[in-house]
Formats: sequence, C-alpha cells, structure tokens
Amino acid sequence: MTKKNLHLSSLQLFLASLFLVFSMMSASAQEDLTTSDGEPAVPVEATTDAGTVGNATQGEALFKANCAACHKLYKRATGPALFQVSQRHDREWLYEWIKNSAALIASGDPEAVAIYNEYNQSNMNAFPQLSNSDIDDILAYTDTEPPVPTAAVAGVDEVAGGGASSETTNNIVLGVLALVLIILIVVLFAVNATLKRFAAANGIQTEFEEDKPARTPIWKAFVQNQFLILVTAIFLLLASAYFVYGAFMSVGVDQGYAPVQPIHYSHRIHAGVSQIECKYCHSSARESKHSGIPSLNVCMNCHKSIAEVSDDTYAEGMEEYGVDYNKEIQKLYAATGWSEAEQAYTGEEEPVRWVRIHNLPDLAYFNHAQHVTAGNIDCQTCHGPVEEMEIMYQYSPLTMGWCINCHRETNVDLDNGYYEEIHKELSEKRGGRQLTIADLGGLECGKCHY
Amino acid sequence: KEVGAKSNRSVQYFPNMYEDVGYSTYSEGDVFTNNMEAQKPVDGTVSRGWLPYNYEDDNEGYASAKANLTNPVPLTEDHLANGQALYGIYCAICHGNKGDGQGHLVKTEKILGVPSYDAREITQGSIYHVMYYGINSMGSYASQTSTEERWEIAHYVDALRADLMGVAR
Repeated sequence: MTKKNLHLSSLQLFLASLFLVFSMMSASAQEDLTTSDGEPAVPVEATTDAGTVGNATQGEALFKANCAACHKLYKRATGPALFQVSQRHDREWLYEWIKNSAALIASGDPEAVAIYNEYNQSNMNAFPQLSNSDIDDILAYTDTEPPVPTAAVAGVDEVAGGGASSETTNNIVLGVLALVLIILIVVLFAVNATLKRFAAANGIQTEFEEDKPARTPIWKAFVQNQFLILVTAIFLLLASAYFVYGAFMSVGVDQGYAPVQPIHYSHRIHAGVSQIECKYCHSSARESKHSGIPSLNVCMNCHKSIAEVSDDTYAEGMEEYGVDYNKEIQKLYAATGWSEAEQAYTGEEEPVRWVRIHNLPDLAYFNHAQHVTAGNIDCQTCHGPVEEMEIMYQYSPLTMGWCINCHRETNVDLDNGYYEEIHKELSEKRGGRQLTIADLGGLECGKCHY
Repeated sequence: KEVGAKSNRSVQYFPNMYEDVGYSTYSEGDVFTNNMEAQKPVDGTVSRGWLPYNYEDDNEGYASAKANLTNPVPLTEDHLANGQALYGIYCAICHGNKGDGQGHLVKTEKILGVPSYDAREITQGSIYHVMYYGINSMGSYASQTSTEERWEIAHYVDALRADLMGVAR
C-alpha cells in the first residue's frame, strides 16, 4: 500500500514538473511574441503634399518603369535626385523637359543647358508617350517624403531587439530545464532511499547487496587468450594500413579548400537568389582555356545601381554569416575607384587579389571551352552546387583519377558537326555502342600532359 | 560526398612541376605594373581578326551608329539561335526573356527602370552601340562578348522587339 502511494507521488511530481516546464516555455514564447509585436513597424504611407495634383501610386509604377534606371528619389544617380523636383522647377518646364529634353537643350533654355552640363552631358531619353497627367502622377510620387530614416532605425531596433529577446528567452528556458532536472534527480534519490528502507524493513534482499564471486579482470582474460591477441594484432595492422594509405592518398588533394577572399563574394546571392547565369560573369568559359575571374567592370555593370543590398539580405548576412554585405560592396567601389556621391570614376584603381581555389599543376592542360561549349557539361558537374555556396570551396578532388573516371563514363555529344563522320565510323566498329571520351583517345597521356 | 571547409591547401610531395615557370593567366608577378600579369595592349594597336569600333561613346556617336551602322552578320537560323542563347546569358536577367523589361532582377526590384524594347525607337546599330559602350545605368558588354556575338544578340533583340510590337520578324 505504502509503496503504491509513494510510486504515485513520484509520478505526480514528474508530471507536475513537466507541466511546469511546458507552461514556462509557452509563457516565454508568448512574451517573445509580445516583445516583437510591442514595437509595431511604423507604417509609412506615401504622403502627398496637399497642393500637388496626381496619383502617387500610379506615379510609382510609372517611375519604376521609366525613370528608375537613371534617377533615384533621394540620391544622385546617373541623373539628379528627383525628390521635390516639382518645387525646383516650373511645372510646364518639366512637362517639356520630360517629353523631349534634347529639344529643350537645343533651344538654348538656360535652365536645361545648366542641368545638361552638370550631369556630364548625358542625354535624358525623350518620353513623348507620357501624357501631362502621367507626368503629374510621377511628380506626385517624387514628392513622397523619404521614409528611409524612421523605417531604417525602427527596422534595426526590431532586428536587434528580436535577436536579444529570443536569446534571453532561450536562456530562461534552459535554466528552467536545468532546475527541473536537478529537482527530478533529488526526488529520484529520495524515492530510492525510501524504497530501500522499506525493503530493509520487510527483510527483502535486493540484488545490489548480493555477494559476487571474484572474477578474473577482463584484461587478464584477454592476455591469456592467444587467439584473441592474434585477431586483434591483425585488425590493428589492417587499421593502421588503412589510415596510412588514406593519409598518403590525401596528399595533394585540395577538396574542400575554402580560403578567405579579400571581398566576401557570395555565389549564393548572385547565382542562387538572383539567378545570374554562370557565364554572365565567367564569360571566358565559353571561348577560352581559362574560365577567368570576371574583371571588375562586370561587377560594375550591376553594382553601379546596386550600392546597397535589400534589408532582408542585409539582416540575413549579419545573422547567418556575420558579414555586412554593404561594406563588401564598398570594397568593390574602393577597388574600381567609383565615387558613389559623384556617380563617376575617380581613376584610383586597385586590383582585387582574389585567392585562387581550383589549381592544377602546371604539367596538366585543361581547357574550359572544350568542356563547356563542345562537351556541353554543366558547371555544377565539376564545381558542385556553386549557387548554394556562401563561400566558394573546391567541390571535386581534381585528381587524375577523377578526370579519367569521367572520361570513361561520359558519352560524346554526337551532334557536333566536326566529329560526325568519325563518330559514325567508330560507333559502327564498336557495335553501335555510344562512344565515350576514352574511345576518342581521351585517356592518352599527350592529350593532357603534352 | 560532403566536404568540410579547409582554409589551407593540402601538402604536396615533391612538387617538381607543380608551380608554373612561365607567367600563367591572371597570375601575379612583380615585374609588372600593379603586379598583374594581364597587361593592357598598347593603345591604337589592332590584333588579327579584330577591328576597332569606329563610333565614339557620346551622343553623336550614338545617333550616328543608330542611323548608319548595319548588321554585317547574316540573319540565319544558326546565328539567331546563338543570339538567343547569348541573350539568355547576358541580357535576360534584366531585360526579361521576352525583352519586355521584366527580368528576374527587375521583378525582385534589385534593378529598376529597364524599358521594354518596344518603348524605344532602336535600330540594330543602336543596339550594338549600347552593347559595346553601355548607356547610362547599363554597363558595357564588350568584355564578355565578341563582335560577332554582339551582332547575333542584336538580331535576336530585333526579333524580340518585332514580337513585342506584334509585327512579323
């Protein structure tokens, strides 16, 4: 009877403690929600001046389609920042300018000529297709107050606060769990002691108190058994041979090599998230033996207009990789001598010293164009899932055995006009079997080693 | 097979012919200016199989190329297919597969203000000129494509423009 009672009470305690833990966890989770909700992001409405005409929402669409290539609202780009441009110029003048700026400049309008000269004499496109009301819409949009400061500050606070609060709740939950565990252990010891006392009182001998016969220690038994020793010796010899051979075979293999690059360039963002074709940047892979590192003018094709990453990407970079992507873009600007404020090159260039990861010894000849253009092999076959790599690493071993394996297994692309005749002949000789690279002499020494 | 990141290269055993004796492409070398093996050719020199582009990178050059420059590459299926492939690599990311200015980067609002091809009056000459020098926010693609490839792309852009405007190619 008493025993049963005791059992029940310990179970109850256990359940109660479990309940306690879960209730604490959910409470802290709720707390977390309220902290992130407690600071609601300030909704920034597109506020239009009372005096202006036009629909800012329609204007935004028009602006993004027609103007955003060269103009930003609050920052100088190819053209001037357009915030409150309607207050700087006469409205009729703006209609005329937007519809055909070149004509206005040609007519010798002093205002127009001044702007033309200020912005490196770059011609603004003519937009005859925009009606006056369209332009009113756009101008209404350009009068939108900058949401940037408040939104950005609120965003940063929120991110930092959210991170900190989730950390503290984690700590609280861990602390509670530890406490409960300690209580459980104490309770179990108490239960054990009570049970033993009951057992002693009832005269039952538990198995823990039985007298054991003296045993020979296990190592003595082992030493006495010669067969076991022989088996172990053989096993150890094989194991050491395995490891020594493995160590020798990893000499000169750089698989997984991921050095720190001077600029934290993320293939994940460019090739993965933004879906830029591999050959956009590594264009020489199509034509040349080398699939070169893109020169910085390729970077500037896009990063002339992308000076900052989006807020989401920024937060992701800070939290997951500890990288400030915006600072990395600034490194690019420093290398190319691009002045963001003036939107022009200063001429102070400094090449980026990228660290080469994939390297073959000089005695081997490898040609990218032959594999990419003629062979039609996907980049990922050899370089791995580059579009998922935050930091580039060497995916394949690039050893000779790896090359030869692929040459033995890969079929030749028979649509190639150059090989058509010889393919037909050879294929017939081999009983109509698909030709591999090895059949074409792809394993000959001179093919790769001169 | 999963590979862990290593920050150092593996050891080499007697790397007799591992290091390059000659200067290899993109390598560094202290005999060069800026330490770069890749040195620029002398201004005004012309290599075999290449001709300089004779239009200036300014508004007159643009107008002149637009009016006078014609496509020397014949419009064949092969060239158009090549143009399409190259367009997919270099242009579609912003200009969209149909040339309507709705590429992936525009849809995700990374780059804005990419016009549709039918919104502008463009000719093969002006297409080539813009690919060669870039225009305003668009950069030059002369380093990534060859002269012939740019003309192939120009053919394909023209075909896309015809599609957008609803006329026969």
